[in-house]
Amino acid sequence: MSRFGGISAAERRLLPEGRAAGPMPWVIAIMTFLMVLAAAGGLGLRHSAAALSAQLADRITIQIVDANAATRERQARAAIAELHRLAGVRAVRRVAAPEMRALLEPWLGRAGLDELPLPVLIDVDLAPAARRSVAAIEAAITAVAPAARIDDHAQWLAPLTGLIGSLKWLALALVLMMSAATGFTVVLAARAALNTHRATIDVMHLLGATDIQIARLFQRRIALDALFGGFVGFSAAALVILLLGQRIGGVGSDLIGSVALPGSSWGMLVALPIAGALLATVAARLTVLNALRRIL
Amino acid sequence: MGGIVQFENVGLRYGTGAETLSDVSFNLAAGSFYFLTGPSGAGKTSLLKLLYLAQRPSRGLIRLFGEDVVTLPRARMPGFRRRIGVVFQDFRLIPYLSAFDNVALPLRVAGMDEREIETPVNEMLAWVGLSARASARPATLSGGEQQRVAIARAVINRPEILVADEPTGNVDPEMAGRLLYLFDALNKLGTTIIVATHDVHLLSRVSNARMMRLDRGRIADPTGALLHPPEAAKSPEAAR
Repeated sequence: MSRFGGISAAERRLLPEGRAAGPMPWVIAIMTFLMVLAAAGGLGLRHSAAALSAQLADRITIQIVDANAATRERQARAAIAELHRLAGVRAVRRVAAPEMRALLEPWLGRAGLDELPLPVLIDVDLAPAARRSVAAIEAAITAVAPAARIDDHAQWLAPLTGLIGSLKWLALALVLMMSAATGFTVVLAARAALNTHRATIDVMHLLGATDIQIARLFQRRIALDALFGGFVGFSAAALVILLLGQRIGGVGSDLIGSVALPGSSWGMLVALPIAGALLATVAARLTVLNALRRIL
Repeated sequence: MGGIVQFENVGLRYGTGAETLSDVSFNLAAGSFYFLTGPSGAGKTSLLKLLYLAQRPSRGLIRLFGEDVVTLPRARMPGFRRRIGVVFQDFRLIPYLSAFDNVALPLRVAGMDEREIETPVNEMLAWVGLSARASARPATLSGGEQQRVAIARAVINRPEILVADEPTGNVDPEMAGRLLYLFDALNKLGTTIIVATHDVHLLSRVSNARMMRLDRGRIADPTGALLHPPEAAKSPEAAR
């Protein structure tokens, strides 16, 4: 006779209902669906925040704004030379004139770009430890290039990363709340099942069944219901995530496009229904054991 | 000498009502056969509940197999219950299980291997005349058939004490005779039998059976034989 979950096939028949009986598997499916979507949102935003941070947060751009081309050029060279001397500067790149024109052409048109006194742009990548000394860098640069203006990317990125951080915490809170709701659902379902099968439990007790033997019947059934609900909920959520990913890719925005779900995050999402089934099993076991203790 | 079952001044009260059982004291010798009689409402079923550990008394001392079961920790209850077979008045068969699985239940609860279950269960079903109904569910069995399944379930694991509440109430006289023969056979193998019944004619059908009479929650024991069993009752083999 085959044994699964520590009980034989004959013992399993003590609780007669088949799989997906009652609303509990479907409630768990809905909970898992919402939980996976919330977790995917949180993980996508985390990836986006990390990507933005890696790309922009440790970068400053220096503009040399002077109408006189010779002065502008002299100050630019002095600034670049000074940057190479400063500690914490990882890379210095002067934005080439054709690149500048390409950036401005969509806004100003091709005509007249050659006559405009375009500022010199210098992109500077800083070591993470140097982020705190942006003020010192600014002082050193303006000392040799008074026309320099420092544009700290982290300053305009801060509200965005703050928003993303809040959304990540919101997603985590949603996942935790839905996990708790799943646990409470299982507790209610286990209590209802106990009431439904009270006569059977009484007989089993009087025949000498231990609390553990009885609890094992319930926890196995609820674990299977939770696995079924988790699988259905995860499958539906995965489909939605993939379709949303396609839509996001179609928008063509670098910012929105950065909200992507890397492969490692899928592993975490797959773990959610499995963790849900474990949570359901533990909740069912504790509920049943607690209820049985009140029976002689 | 302590018997297999000892009651000392046992009282039982449900909620805040009057006592259902009052000052019940007796000693049952191991291997003896008792009929528990008395009018309806006398407390027979309540007394049996105390015997098969479905209820703790409100007061008094109960010893089973030489151990105090009133203060017995819950964790040790299953081990005691497996040594007691019970035939419930309302059968209490599990409706989702076949007659075979109902009879096999005590063996499965005791952890017996599935391969070792089939033979004794089939033998027991044959003994109660239900081989042909092994796969039938209780709802499709007659009252008498259900009662026989309940009896088979109670005796399948050779309990040391068998408690039966009106076990012949739903069977014809011939089957009642066979069931009493089964109980008697078990008794001869050493099982202590306590049968609650209204049917006083049963008493004459089992040799050496003793009678316990309950009236309004009190044991009638005018000779003191229940509290201090005679030597013959303490060693039934000698009596036979």
